Amino acid sequence: MRVSRSSFVSRIAPGLAFVALLGLAGCKDPGTASKGGAESGGAPTAAAQDTSGSEIKIGHYASLTGETATFGVETNEGIELAIKQLNEKGGMLGKKFRVETQDDQSKPEEAATVVTKFSNDPQIVAVLGEVASSRSLRAAPILERAGLPMITPSSTNPDVTKVGPNIFRVCFIDPFQGYVMAKFAHDDLKVTRVAVMHDQSSDYSVGLANVFKEEFAKMGGSITTDVSFNSKDSDFRGQLSQVKGAEAIFIPGYYGEVGTIARQAREQGIDVPLMGGDGWDSEKLVEGAGGPGKALENCYFSNHYSKDDKSPRVQEFVKAYSAAYGKAPSGLAAMGYDAMMLLADAIKRADSIERPKVREALASTKNFPGVTGDITIDADRNATKPAVILQIKGTEFTYKATIQPPSAAASTGVVKQAASAR
Amino acid sequence: MQYFLQNVINGVQLGSIYALIALGYTMVYGVLRLINFAHGDVFMIGAYVGFYAASAMKLQEQPTLGGALLQLIPVLFLAMVACAVLGLIIERLAYKPLRKAPRLTALITAIGVSLFLENGGQLLFGADPKFFPSVTPQGPKGTIRIGELIISVDQLVLVIAAALLMAVLWYIVSRTRIGKAMRAVSHDADAAALMGINTDNVISFTFGLGAALAGAGGVLFASLTYAKILPLLGVTMGLKAFVAAVVGGIGSIPGAMLGGLLMGLAESFVKGAPAIGPFEPSRWTDAVAFVLLIVVLLVRPAGLIGNAAPEKV
Repeated sequence: MRVSRSSFVSRIAPGLAFVALLGLAGCKDPGTASKGGAESGGAPTAAAQDTSGSEIKIGHYASLTGETATFGVETNEGIELAIKQLNEKGGMLGKKFRVETQDDQSKPEEAATVVTKFSNDPQIVAVLGEVASSRSLRAAPILERAGLPMITPSSTNPDVTKVGPNIFRVCFIDPFQGYVMAKFAHDDLKVTRVAVMHDQSSDYSVGLANVFKEEFAKMGGSITTDVSFNSKDSDFRGQLSQVKGAEAIFIPGYYGEVGTIARQAREQGIDVPLMGGDGWDSEKLVEGAGGPGKALENCYFSNHYSKDDKSPRVQEFVKAYSAAYGKAPSGLAAMGYDAMMLLADAIKRADSIERPKVREALASTKNFPGVTGDITIDADRNATKPAVILQIKGTEFTYKATIQPPSAAASTGVVKQAASAR
Repeated sequence: MQYFLQNVINGVQLGSIYALIALGYTMVYGVLRLINFAHGDVFMIGAYVGFYAASAMKLQEQPTLGGALLQLIPVLFLAMVACAVLGLIIERLAYKPLRKAPRLTALITAIGVSLFLENGGQLLFGADPKFFPSVTPQGPKGTIRIGELIISVDQLVLVIAAALLMAVLWYIVSRTRIGKAMRAVSHDADAAALMGINTDNVISFTFGLGAALAGAGGVLFASLTYAKILPLLGVTMGLKAFVAAVVGGIGSIPGAMLGGLLMGLAESFVKGAPAIGPFEPSRWTDAVAFVLLIVVLLVRPAGLIGNAAPEKV
């Protein structure tokens, strides 16, 4: 190659510029856009609501495709089942329910685009979505400004509902999941030395990891190490070389990478139980871990409900869902169902589809009998409810334990610590 | 010491994949002075071809290594052929018409081809992840223990397969007629044409060869180390492999191999480094790759063996 040094650099310069660009794009952490300013252009002035339509139109933004596609698809199935049942009973206020579901491709920026569309639609009464906290955080400020009530079925990051008085959730929050797994590890697994692996690019993962560490230490256990990974990475062996020696590993990630981590952990001779949060809840989880009975066998994760729950309302839901979709409902499907049913309940109590009245009714929800437990909306618009621990057996997630929320005083304590830990 | 060696093993394994992809970048740069940004996406296509082939052949976990290899080799071969064909098509449709155009035009076209493959991949394969079935023995059966040190059969197979592929490449480049022609074109394309070498054919061959290596890398990667396949898989892997090629000295084949290994080792050591107080090195893994690039370019602008090796392809 007859290339002098300077001309080599000039030849390669455009390439390097491209690299830099890509690097910047890669750094666009979904979490950083959590507060305000999420969408470009001026804030949409709340389009005056039009309540004259013959339908009660609900918006739903969901990851129907992309990295966490099963989240959106399953949630949507839950919502559609709820709508079907509501309409079979004649709808409400003389109108039928209709959900308009839009795909956000598992991308926070797409979520912002989709809800901007919703906020400009005068027919929409309220919006449901998202599962992933990074996407809910991106969408919530837009809906808040438009005065549209939003209910997230399963975004567990505490910041989501802090966006404003129109943002609600029907799930518990990260601090509670961190607390639940810490309690389970301490009381049921009876382990004292636990390692943590968290995804640094995910608000959800960082939140769970922080509370887990704090709560577990408070119960007298010790955290051997806390390493971070990036869910886009392909190789977790480096991190795994550090977690050796722990009696259990807490990995609050999403189902896509957890399987790979588990495979690589087993291959490295780490055979202790792995634990996670509701991000593990997917029919694809076990497939990614090499199949049933393989790397994730007998591991545990916290979830919103168990289909093995014997209570009639759970069994009725499982039956209806299985009949409609030919498979057992995941926790996310149950959350979608509950979110829609809770919204319908609020509309009924408000006796109106005017957005402010629906918001008031949502805020005053007490002991709503959901599939995922009795839901009470607290002053911070979060749901207070129990969590379950599931154990992975083959392709099934079997019920292991129920963990109740700590007493009211303690639970606010947990929440406060989480806030200060962030 | 055990900790050090474990990270060396992990790093060599990761580095072999980077090296396989980096070779494609470096060979194309050698003959065409073009950075083929679509190369990382050819790697992704290789992984998908492997996945679909493995699904069609109903690949399952084998109790023995021999059985696993017997299943994996046809898949590997199929992906290499498919990617070689794809490489030829890309070269013929996207780059050949621009042979006489300014270099920047070709570079921008390369970015376009890359975006086309990424988004086309999302359309064709779907954006939700696919999981490669595990073929090799897993668990205790699949690991070799030397004292505290753990080497998985997967890692061993991957490194050996990568080494074999690189040996074949070395043979083609240095011992065959077409390899000689590649070296001649790389040295001086005009003079090579005057000597009666069909430079267009040589360039096409180089593209095919590089793409086949990327395809092999894709299958090895998906089947032996990382089960999850996404249409955007090639972005990060391609970028890091490109950095590896530049660090080693773009245009130089041994440079790409060295750069790949170096990147793999650096990444593995940073990921595996224990926290120093509140500072967690594992957070900085990707930054390290680019710091390495900047340092090497500052000290040796032509890459580690960019100038030292007179023989280029």
